[in-house]
Amino acid sequence: MPIDKVWVLAESAEGGLTSTTLELLTEARSLGSTVEAVAWGAGTAGVADELGKYGASTVYDVGDLGDALPGAPVAAAMAALIEGGQRPDVVLVPATYDGRDVAGRLSARIDVPVITNVVGLSVEGDDVLSQHGLFGGTQVATAKFTGPKPWVFVVRAKSFAAEPGDGAAAQVTSVEVPDLGATGAAKILARHEEERTGPKLDEADVVVSGGRGLGGAEHYAMIEELAKLLRGAAGASRAIVDAGWVPYSHQVGQTGKTVKPTVYIACGISGATQHMVGMKGSKNIVAINKDADAPIFSIADLGIVGDVHKVVPKLIEALKSHG
Amino acid sequence: MNVVVCVKQIPDPAAPAALDPGTKTLVREGKLILDDSDAYGVEMGLQLAEQAGGGEVTLVSMAPNAETSGLRTALAMGAAKAILVSDEALAGSDALGTARVLAKAIERAQPDLVLAATESTDGYTGTTPVQVAELLGLPSVTFAKKVSVGDGKVHVERQTEAGYDEVECPLPAVVTVTAGVVEPRYPSFKGIMAAKSKPVDQVTVADLGLEAGQVGASGARQEVTDVAAAEERKAGEIVVDEGDGHDRVVAFLEQLKVI
Repeated sequence: MPIDKVWVLAESAEGGLTSTTLELLTEARSLGSTVEAVAWGAGTAGVADELGKYGASTVYDVGDLGDALPGAPVAAAMAALIEGGQRPDVVLVPATYDGRDVAGRLSARIDVPVITNVVGLSVEGDDVLSQHGLFGGTQVATAKFTGPKPWVFVVRAKSFAAEPGDGAAAQVTSVEVPDLGATGAAKILARHEEERTGPKLDEADVVVSGGRGLGGAEHYAMIEELAKLLRGAAGASRAIVDAGWVPYSHQVGQTGKTVKPTVYIACGISGATQHMVGMKGSKNIVAINKDADAPIFSIADLGIVGDVHKVVPKLIEALKSHG
Repeated sequence: MNVVVCVKQIPDPAAPAALDPGTKTLVREGKLILDDSDAYGVEMGLQLAEQAGGGEVTLVSMAPNAETSGLRTALAMGAAKAILVSDEALAGSDALGTARVLAKAIERAQPDLVLAATESTDGYTGTTPVQVAELLGLPSVTFAKKVSVGDGKVHVERQTEAGYDEVECPLPAVVTVTAGVVEPRYPSFKGIMAAKSKPVDQVTVADLGLEAGQVGASGARQEVTDVAAAEERKAGEIVVDEGDGHDRVVAFLEQLKVI
């Protein structure tokens, strides 16, 4: 049976759909014949045009969740729709903090497994094949579901290019959240947004990242200065985020952000698998590291074997005097 | 306060990983170690139990063989006991099958709080803890970078795309912790000796009241069909900095018209 209906979990930020949502909607159009979205928050009516343009005919609006964490209520609303007769063949979920919560809860609720860390999808006969990077992206595994639908895939950011279509605004259908019992008890008391200057990390054309080779939190300033000079964003490896040198929002990698800039400059980063999955899709990679055997050099287009404390300050001076 | 920490014993990540050519699942034979990312949950659990002024940490884990070397590490850190679901029928379990087994084992311990890592180092599906929470009918808070407990509630700073949220949740609850949430202690010599005699309760799938068909490869409804080498990036140019490394970077950026 060919794939008919594809659902996309649509996330919004700063008043519009997230870039990963747009990527998934685009991919959904090529997988199935009907695309529908599931969204939550107070602003769903405001994104109905954008959802429609990217191919969704209907958006199921779970509504404003107030201070509740979205995972449990959104999954319960989706499960209720499915139990009520809706039959999505495929559900695409962005690999975000909330997306993974929704996918896990939905999976247990309707008793279907989930395939995560998807970086590619294709329809072959009756199957949907998913691609996954393994062992730091050196190998690609292909997987498929063998049980009943819906097939739930959690997809990594930047796996597909977003392309608008020409659909009319999605029809907004309100859906109720069933009684959650204890599962809905987690409440958000306060939201903290870290201040950001310059472009967003996952949208920047240039990303400059620092790792443990910097030697200390005080040396991260030169990463930020270099990023600013190149009108780019400053990133970090998990090691220095875990060490508390830099906030988590700067993390590039498996548990952080996936970036695919024109140029990625890795400073004092050895290239752990964890990090490489998040940046190896960059169009050009420059690595500066004093260890000539660092794995990062195996994927670098230009590698400088040298001390970041010498190379980076000189690079900053050179860029300042560059016209 | 009684805390269950879900831990996974994995092949040493420093050793080259391999896939079984037949089943295309990760080879998890031989000596297994405690997943590094689980050490944070164990430490967090120990600190929270100490702060609450009583209670203990119980480890819950599953493995197709009766391997316990990874569990002993966590017991040496200070966990009181472990429940190990050990059954050949578990080989090839998918994340939901794993969650089903863990949920049943956790029920036995009747914890106030269940801790787990955000994802394992070897499989990193990252959905198991939330599936466990749903199966147990518990609330969950994922990606905790700070955790405290008081007045029957857990208070969490939860990582978000833009920063973090302060989240509060009544107990019992499931919380997943990021690496770095606390600094895991090194087991002391005394701890290592004590760990040898701490109880590890080995149970089978049948003991938990589950059917073999609900778990393991036969219960898994997904399969890996192919594994192939990824397209390799073209090898680049590697130069040793002789005081002019920055010039090479500038030239490269000019060539790309970034500057």
